[in-house]
Amino acid sequence: MSDATYLALQKLTLAYGDSVAVADLDLDIKKSELIALLGPSGCGKTTTMRAIAGLLPVKSGHVRLDGADITRVPANKRAVGLVFQSYALFPHLSVYENVAFGLKLKGMRGAELDARVQSGIKSVGLSSFANRKPAELSGGQQQRVALARSMVMEPKVLLLDEPLSNLDARLRLEMRTELQRVQKETGVTMIFVTHDQAEALALADRIVVMKSGKIEQIGSPEDIYSRPVSSFVADFVGFENIFPLEQGKLKTSGGLIDLSSQALSAAGLAWRPRMVTLGSGPFRGTVRGTSFAGDSREYLLDTPLGPIKAEVEASQPAHALGADLSFDLPAEKAAPLSRFA
Amino acid sequence: MTARSLFIPVTLFIVLAFLIGPFLIIVAASFSAGETLNFPPQGFSFRWILKVFTVESFQASFAMSLFLAIGGTAAALVLGIPASYALSRYKLPGAEIVRTIVSAPIIVPGIIVGLALLRYIVVPFQVGITPALFLAHTALVLPYAVRVVSASLDNLRSDIEEAAVLLGSSRLGAFFRVVMPNIRGGILSAFILGFVTSFNQVPVSLFLSGPGVRTLPVDMIAYMEIVFDPSVAALSSLLAFLSIGIVFAAERFLGFSRYV
Repeated sequence: MSDATYLALQKLTLAYGDSVAVADLDLDIKKSELIALLGPSGCGKTTTMRAIAGLLPVKSGHVRLDGADITRVPANKRAVGLVFQSYALFPHLSVYENVAFGLKLKGMRGAELDARVQSGIKSVGLSSFANRKPAELSGGQQQRVALARSMVMEPKVLLLDEPLSNLDARLRLEMRTELQRVQKETGVTMIFVTHDQAEALALADRIVVMKSGKIEQIGSPEDIYSRPVSSFVADFVGFENIFPLEQGKLKTSGGLIDLSSQALSAAGLAWRPRMVTLGSGPFRGTVRGTSFAGDSREYLLDTPLGPIKAEVEASQPAHALGADLSFDLPAEKAAPLSRFA
Repeated sequence: MTARSLFIPVTLFIVLAFLIGPFLIIVAASFSAGETLNFPPQGFSFRWILKVFTVESFQASFAMSLFLAIGGTAAALVLGIPASYALSRYKLPGAEIVRTIVSAPIIVPGIIVGLALLRYIVVPFQVGITPALFLAHTALVLPYAVRVVSASLDNLRSDIEEAAVLLGSSRLGAFFRVVMPNIRGGILSAFILGFVTSFNQVPVSLFLSGPGVRTLPVDMIAYMEIVFDPSVAALSSLLAFLSIGIVFAAERFLGFSRYV
């Protein structure tokens, strides 16, 4: 992985008609990086991906790839591959012909074509299915054909739209491993779009969290998971107790609360349920709901601060509904947020 | 059996008798040995079947009908396939209106279409008889072409075109490489449906036919007005079996009924 920027989005603005989907987006991606675009539906992640592929015209700004401005280069001349969420295999062609499609358009013929196609099919473990039609394959197999079809073209960038979301749990792990292997073996720059934070954390080198057409945070999986910069990111990655700060104090539905002796400078604080201390502390709450999750037990508390979610080890004694408990929100454990809402 | 349980089978029998009966009578009459069109037939012979092939005007009008059915349907598909594509792939303003207008020749009675074409296009613009017939048959087949091709396009995912483009194909190339092969069945079905519709068309052709230029059904009516022998029945039977054969083959090899 070199440090130079390989793919750059500069002040990228994208729109469907008059409605702007992505505004002034800047993003630098290095060669061989594995990037996740993470966000809820409608955040502009798929739109951004389609613009990189050239399927959506750019309203303003630039897309640069490998030193060239490709903003106006048509999709069929970009050397960008895309694995569609629905795979988009050609139903009238066999696995072999699907994989050969792009190479034939490049003018490749004969033994060279055959060797490339065979090795592409082999690399995804589908050699014995070469003559099948897409309809005769399982979803996971179809996706691997789609992957091989894009990869034999040796794209500069491979885009993947929700690559794991249509697969069951066992196939997900398989596909995740497959993608990491392909990435490692070929060094292709990969960008995948997902709404599932677990998927992004598990697979990506860097995660780009998007919200309403803008980048909310860019960081390593560890950054995103432990150090969210905004209440939106915190909420998205599982911090369930999020409060703004006002004059260094926690602003709750029960008024301003002093958490520590010195004034806190962030815009807000966030705690995962696991970070809440249960059984001791200055606050009190009533157990409104409880759920058992094997290793742990989750409680929903009614408190003067508003609802609080706490999670404790399952080995701890259980609390009944309606029980009155003391708890603490330890300021030193909280993730400080620099932006709220 | 009670009266109630007899009701359905009896009704069914009557309906079927009305649907198939005339056809059976015509087939039986065409094997008659008699001189006039009669039922029950007098005797049994192939003489009227054979006579069909010797009537000169039948040969000319059959050729004309064949030309209109093949040419008109082909022209309707050339217009209809791009139209269907635009209607199914793009959110066009007024797409529904276009769909309705395109379907108009199905809904409007043929007599009116024929009269309108004659009065406002053929006469004022001095259109020749053959071009006028060709135009009319193309227009009549167009709705079927658009409907059937649209149905198969709607069943086809549109992202395969984007996939083809990203693999290096042009937009137009993607249409021919991945769309056309997947709607081939629909196009062939539209062709057969259009062919049969055009071939059996009477009212519009009646208005537009002129001296020496007739379609086969119009010619058969003209023939019957002069000669009342069983050769018209024989020809009808031959045509009916031809149509049945085509539709049966289409169903067998293409799954025709999926598209219609």
